[in-house]
Amino acid sequence: MKILVCISHVPDTTSKINFVNGDSEFDTNGVQYVINPNDEFGLTRAIWFQEQQGATVTVVNVGGPETEPTLRKALAIGANEAIRVNATPTDGFFVAKQLAEVIKNGGYDVIIAGKESLDYNGGMVPGMIAGILGYNFLNSCTNLTVDGTNVKAVREIDGGKETVATTLPLIIGGQKGLVEEKDLRIPNMRGIMTARTKALTILEPVDATVNTKAVKFEKPAPKSAVKLIAADNLDELINLLHNEAKVI
Amino acid sequence: MSILIYAEYAEGKFKKVAFELASYAKKVAESLGTTVTAVTVNAGDVSELSKYGVDKVLKVNNDQLSGFTAKAYADVIKQAAQKENVKLVLLSSTTDSIYLSSLVAVALEAGYASNVVGLPVSTSPFQVKRNAFSNKAFNITEIATDVKVLGLAKNSYGIFETPSTLTEEDFNPTIGDNDFGVKVESVEKVSGKVSIADADIVVSAGRGLKGPENWGMVEELATVLGAATACSKPVSDLGWRPHGEHVGQTGKPVATNLYIAIGISGAIQHIAGINSSKVKVVINSDPEAPFFKVADYGIVGDAFEIVPQLIEKFKAFKAQNS
Repeated sequence: MKILVCISHVPDTTSKINFVNGDSEFDTNGVQYVINPNDEFGLTRAIWFQEQQGATVTVVNVGGPETEPTLRKALAIGANEAIRVNATPTDGFFVAKQLAEVIKNGGYDVIIAGKESLDYNGGMVPGMIAGILGYNFLNSCTNLTVDGTNVKAVREIDGGKETVATTLPLIIGGQKGLVEEKDLRIPNMRGIMTARTKALTILEPVDATVNTKAVKFEKPAPKSAVKLIAADNLDELINLLHNEAKVI
Repeated sequence: MSILIYAEYAEGKFKKVAFELASYAKKVAESLGTTVTAVTVNAGDVSELSKYGVDKVLKVNNDQLSGFTAKAYADVIKQAAQKENVKLVLLSSTTDSIYLSSLVAVALEAGYASNVVGLPVSTSPFQVKRNAFSNKAFNITEIATDVKVLGLAKNSYGIFETPSTLTEEDFNPTIGDNDFGVKVESVEKVSGKVSIADADIVVSAGRGLKGPENWGMVEELATVLGAATACSKPVSDLGWRPHGEHVGQTGKPVATNLYIAIGISGAIQHIAGINSSKVKVVINSDPEAPFFKVADYGIVGDAFEIVPQLIEKFKAFKAQNS
């Protein structure tokens, strides 16, 4: 089984979000980058398939050279090899188009992407890859097992979950649940050392139409200060929620 | 040239997001001088859509579509869009609609913007404002393609009544076997409880509650308010509450009218997940808890004293106002 894990290189979840150049670009100054959390759950599940079912795991990212430490981290966690498509990820369709090309040429059986990246929150790349390639696709996937070419998986739905059956090749939009938080791996020294010698292939991008572009960014308006209500005056809270906020 | 919306219908009625989507579509249609068409799948009575400005409904009734199958549903929406020569397709942000949107966009060769908040910033060029960076910023996105797909963020626009005269039309799109590559075998829904996705009010609690045995009052408060229950990440990691209740950046997003946080300090990842909620109330014994910086109303005090009193007060309020 050949698994491809799509990795987004995103600001750490605690990052301060600021913009530069007339609010047209994200300010990377002082920002620490990590593997997108939804992708990390998928990567860890892929490593499980590698250890338990002999799968090979390739990680891929669409980005400039600055994203390589994130790919190296994925290699240190246990991926066999990495691919970087050397391009700025301008929009979801562009990224999906690049990844679809990698998948077509690499013949992967399972493609795992996070259901959403925590920077642009587009939530569209795995579905677009599926749309381009016509592969089976499951979004919001919280459990995945593979037996031969048969797949059982679980999708989170609003207010519950559903169990599905499908076949390879398959693309999933993964999230927490594929593995639990406690199962996520921190690279150890041996992993970090061997990651240095694992293959990291750089591919040039293919052409894709420009469907959308991010024109500008805005920060939310500063919030007015909290109204404190005394613990012995709870009627006031009910009054404010009813008459001022009008939410009850 | 009409605007097409996918109006989600489940368990014998339209989802509330369908009415929000219709209200939004109506407003955009007015500014573009066009009409609103809705496509429904196995819906019963669709007349309610006329309250919110829908001019025409394409009714799809097909037993093959009795359970949600993303590829087949996306195919239905695509064919409806092509039939009506639609340039703008709107979907909501339920788990199902998010699943569909990217498939619809690729099928229609459309540019797609998700998490859209508010009316288009401009219609020529077509620009929309969307949530990005986990609600820590907005992003203005321009869609350059002829056909456009938008995903409207939940609870970002509101429901507005604009009565219209509704035309109903049966629509029979072609569904192929290859639309059913993913088969649903079983569905598990927590019955008798309001889901976080559907809730107008969410009552959420954190480690300040000291242990899972203390959740009785949280559930009672939620019941009184008709609210869903939720929890912080540490609480779900500790196994005090099911993972499905974890809200925050890596858990479920919450965009509700009222979010009540009990004993949650307000880590940046938690706030990112709940910040789209309209009104936030925090109850915490630590006045320095970061949650107070983002909340609208705050009570400094012991949750074990305050919550039981709140339950009684909300009960009395409900009795008076129902």
